[in-house]
Amino acid sequence: MKKIGVFVCHCGVNIKDTVDVEKLTEQLAIYPGVTYIENYMFMCSDPGQNMIKKAIKEKKLDGIVVAACSPTLHESTFQNAVEEIGLNKYQLEVANIREQCSWVHNNIQEATRKADLIIKTAIEKLKLNESLKPVSAPLTKRVMVIGGGIAGIQAALDIADGGYEVVLVEKKPSIGGHMIQLSETFPTLDCSQCILTPKMVQLGKNKKVTLYVNSEVESIDGFMGNFKIKIKRKPQYVDPDICTMCGDCTDVCPVVVHSEYDEGLSWRRAIYVPFPQAIPASFTIDTENCLGFEPIACGECKKVCQAEAINYDVKTEFFEEEIGAVIIATGFDLYPVENIAEYGYGKYPDVLNGLQFERILSATGPTGGEMLRPSDGKVPKEIVFIQCSGSRDPERHKSYCSRICCMYTLKHAKLYKHKVHDGQPYIFYIDIRSGGKRYEEFIQQAVSEEGIVYIRGKVAKVYKKGDKMIVHGMDTLTGKKVEIEADLVVLAQSIVPSEGVEKLIKTLKLSSDDSGFLMEAHPKLRPLESLQSGFYLAGAAQGPKDIPDSVSQASGAAAKILALMSKDEIQHEPIIAVVDENMCSGCGICIGTCPYGARILDENKVAIVNDILCEGCGACISACPSGAAQQKNLTDDQINNMIRVILS
Amino acid sequence: MYIRIKAADINNTQVKKIEELSGQNIFDCYQCGNCSSGCPVVDYMDISPNQAMRLAQYGRIEEVLSSEMIWICSTCLQCSSRCPKGIDVAKVMEAFRTINLRNGIGVVNPKQLGITETKDIPPILLICAMRKMTG
Repeated sequence: MKKIGVFVCHCGVNIKDTVDVEKLTEQLAIYPGVTYIENYMFMCSDPGQNMIKKAIKEKKLDGIVVAACSPTLHESTFQNAVEEIGLNKYQLEVANIREQCSWVHNNIQEATRKADLIIKTAIEKLKLNESLKPVSAPLTKRVMVIGGGIAGIQAALDIADGGYEVVLVEKKPSIGGHMIQLSETFPTLDCSQCILTPKMVQLGKNKKVTLYVNSEVESIDGFMGNFKIKIKRKPQYVDPDICTMCGDCTDVCPVVVHSEYDEGLSWRRAIYVPFPQAIPASFTIDTENCLGFEPIACGECKKVCQAEAINYDVKTEFFEEEIGAVIIATGFDLYPVENIAEYGYGKYPDVLNGLQFERILSATGPTGGEMLRPSDGKVPKEIVFIQCSGSRDPERHKSYCSRICCMYTLKHAKLYKHKVHDGQPYIFYIDIRSGGKRYEEFIQQAVSEEGIVYIRGKVAKVYKKGDKMIVHGMDTLTGKKVEIEADLVVLAQSIVPSEGVEKLIKTLKLSSDDSGFLMEAHPKLRPLESLQSGFYLAGAAQGPKDIPDSVSQASGAAAKILALMSKDEIQHEPIIAVVDENMCSGCGICIGTCPYGARILDENKVAIVNDILCEGCGACISACPSGAAQQKNLTDDQINNMIRVILS
Repeated sequence: MYIRIKAADINNTQVKKIEELSGQNIFDCYQCGNCSSGCPVVDYMDISPNQAMRLAQYGRIEEVLSSEMIWICSTCLQCSSRCPKGIDVAKVMEAFRTINLRNGIGVVNPKQLGITETKDIPPILLICAMRKMTG
């Protein structure tokens, strides 16, 4: 039988005031299996840990129970302490007598009795604990980044810099994301394209980076360190290696559609370059609108292409990549403005969303950077900006704050003033959130010196009267309703996860929050990792974020991956499911129950466990009808013994 | 009653006059309300100091000029000492009063005060009343 040592912590007064630790020590000293027992003010302190180590050595203990706070806080402290002295760390149990006992009770007698039972269950569990070793598996030193916006680009560059190969998968025909659409960036007002394109070029030329554009993740197999990911690449029908970018094809293309790059404010042909600095630099054919797939209908571009770069017969291709870890950087889209009927988007050409206004401000935009409104090309003299359009509205739209709108709206107003000196911008706001570095100064300078008027209140409706947009709102500071005759209205739409990310989350078996953003492993302490091993998060895919935050998170996630890649193999917690092959009937219930895909039927119809994938959640164990599946160090016998103690 | 906000009103000549007289930038105010919360006589005012600042930002100077608050203000300087943006709010209030006084509004003629009034009124109030004319 194991020689067990029990160490009861006072936690200052946290435990001692409610639990009679002296009485507890006396009672437990005679409990079967307990060889040694002591209590101390702070077990987590160095003297406390030394006390445990000394007792293991002198009393030759082979099991330790520390009765203290929650194991999420100090389990690793005590595990490390016992390992230093040569005891396997799985021979240590933490009995939580603080959060689950002293903090929630007042009656000393009752609390002491409960603490006694909690410690006894830990002793019973410990009696049957096995000494375990971490599970290890080989590691493929290649990384996939999904999404080629600023976050994806930054993460890919950092990992390539670290010396590892990167596979970047981008849905669109070029990398660049939403940042390439922006005119200038807050709070420094430097040109977005000027700071992004050098990074895009670096990425395009980096020999460690394999770029898949027009591509999506089709399926995934394997586990952390050893993924096999299938990529589906849609054909672009123009061979980028042959294409000379002469543009003859676009000139003859008869199909005209809305430009995605200009957010529908300009037109493009069915064969097009997404934007001037696109990477890879090549023409691409938009399958949905091109007529050339029926040779009788069209084929003009192919006829004029002297380089013979166009081939309509290219098929969708599939590639399989072996990957060790994945960064998800799928970014954001804007909440459909059509959902907010009272602002008249889609009905009135002079109601725009934030990205459309960026395009109007941009030198590469539909107006060549001139401030003109879409309806009649006149210079707008008064512009109303509406913040929180869809954000912070739990009843009808999105409950969260989209974080970047306060800043970009002010930037819009400022850039507008720089272009139209006698123009008057008004910004309707509920609160101004300017938490970033030098953001508040950026706002105050604009308000004090640039004549930008903030009106505190939400706009009730926008409608057209003549060639003006009438805006009805409230100024809660004067307590009066306000009316403005504006020439243009710009809506700061809430940020939502990018289109198609829901499907990706399902394919990769990831978790998302109630708004559809990817869920981090811990909101404060593990914000760069997904709950699922091997997946890391960067940028607005995890939640609304501005450029500095996206870049920081991307570099952080890259650093996490570099730390992972620096190891020769990956290690995993061994508290996992194990199957008794003789008892398994091969019914397969566990396979459907396992959220991690860790259970598979082998050739002998035994439902085996993939040790690396198993997270030890216990779902398959409770589902197993034959009792063949057991959790290591939490077997049915252990649980039964624990229950027996409580009921005795 | 709603306010029609117009570009022509924002920073109009009246606002510029207030800024000239007070030496303060009206648009520095970010409406925290600290001036009003510290004001010892705000309870007796029809509009509060921060509302006066707000109306001024909209160019609605007339509304402030016709309010009672600018006369209730005793220039104790609480608002000025507390303003986080460094606006001397009391100077702005003085500017409002000055515009009124220059137009002959609210001027006190001591000769018109009866003997009983001059006896009953606290001297400090008389001094205040006289001070108005220095504007």
